[in-house]
Amino acid sequence: MKKIETKQEYLDYVDKKSPNSPIFKNCFNAFWVGGLICSIGQIIFDFCKYKGMEDTSCSTVVSIVLIGIAALLTSLNIFNKIGKFAGAGSLVPITGFANSIVSPAIEYKSEGYVMGVGGKMFTVAGPVLVYGISTSVIVGIIATFFV
Amino acid sequence: MNKIGKQTIQFSSPPYILETSSIVGPKEAQGPLAKYFDQCLEDEFWGEKTWEKAESKIIKENVNSVIAKSCIPSQNIDYCFAGDLLNQCISSSFGLREINIPFFGIFGACSTFVEGMSLGSIFIDSGAAKNVLCATSSHFCSAEKQFRFPLELGNQRPPTAQWTVTGSGAAILSNTNLDKVCPQVTYITPGKIVDMGVKDANNMGAAMAPAALDTLITHLQDTGRKPSYYDAIITGDLGYVGKEILTEMAETQGYNIKNNYNDCGVLIFDKNAQDTHAGGSGCGCVGSVFSGYFYKKLKEKSINRLLLIATGALMNSTSSQQGESIPGIAHAIAIENLVFGDGGKKQDFGNK
Repeated sequence: MKKIETKQEYLDYVDKKSPNSPIFKNCFNAFWVGGLICSIGQIIFDFCKYKGMEDTSCSTVVSIVLIGIAALLTSLNIFNKIGKFAGAGSLVPITGFANSIVSPAIEYKSEGYVMGVGGKMFTVAGPVLVYGISTSVIVGIIATFFV
Repeated sequence: MNKIGKQTIQFSSPPYILETSSIVGPKEAQGPLAKYFDQCLEDEFWGEKTWEKAESKIIKENVNSVIAKSCIPSQNIDYCFAGDLLNQCISSSFGLREINIPFFGIFGACSTFVEGMSLGSIFIDSGAAKNVLCATSSHFCSAEKQFRFPLELGNQRPPTAQWTVTGSGAAILSNTNLDKVCPQVTYITPGKIVDMGVKDANNMGAAMAPAALDTLITHLQDTGRKPSYYDAIITGDLGYVGKEILTEMAETQGYNIKNNYNDCGVLIFDKNAQDTHAGGSGCGCVGSVFSGYFYKKLKEKSINRLLLIATGALMNSTSSQQGESIPGIAHAIAIENLVFGDGGKKQDFGNK
């Protein structure tokens, strides 16, 4: 190895020296866990439909049940383990959204219910809400006037 | 006390490290160094309601423990140097608010322990103090909360990320050894801030390694010593990535530290069994590993000459979010058993 003189040389060297995340393993785990969560959602959906509910109500029930399960598993110190294993597989479905709101709520409870739980609850989910809602507004405007 | 070379201080009456004490959390208690720590906690809260309170309790109890072990009444301890990772160093100031010892709160990120020992040694050798207390702490949960994400968030850590140690190290420096055999602080080399442009807060080892290299080489040049003079050269806490970088970069500069060099962040955890990725970090890592493991090795004379280089990443979560690079720092302290002037057993850490 030759002597490193500049910052850029060092950064290139660090890049080479730093182990990368096991991307294939992570993708595979994300794929099957994500698929499993969606399948559970589908089972709940079909069950509701079988019980004679309308499609929109079935979707609402699926969201409520998955959010409920994710919130419960977060509080039982289980969801973070699933998330560590599955990555985006548990993060992208609505379960990840529930986890991102419940986890800061638990963490910041020590700062009180107003500034702690209330103020910090959306620190992780906030960006998703801001840009999700903004995008839906823009898409809504486009759909209203141009479609 | 003299300044020699570029930035090293040589002590004329090297201060004694009279006693040390360490407390670590449950994860560290499952690591390979568990039996060397004075106390291992069973849970991260230790009966407190918040992580921050728990960390304060850890440093408080550890300081009480080191004072009790040293047999020096606390009113005879002249000054205290302490610091931690939490904003405005609240663990130290809250933990030590009832201790009634004049207090200097210091911040050097993970280098704080050696920074405190360096300042304490100067105080003693200058005659400003007879006994000085140095302490640091860190807590995995409070550090995650401040620097990263809530604990229950289901995210993945990259392989270069380090695991903040829950623990505390404390030492009492003195101008007398009370007729005990004690290792002494012979030299200190305070480090410069070195920033090589690493921006990834999940790769602290790489951000701090250049600072460690700078301090290591400066120390060796200032003292005229070779790396092989030391039985062990120990950094805290570069972790696996930083350790490898430092070893290789030292070699390109003509310093071979392959055999007698290791890192506290590497030593404290079993990487494979404990899933700690690149190793341990935090003020409590070098603090507890020195106070627990290396101090005992010095006392039993299996190590007689130790160069301890503590490294710190001088950033916070705001600077990271604003895209700033991470300035690193490293302070070195040479600790030797002077009564037994010969080198001890050369440590062979079996590095590649």
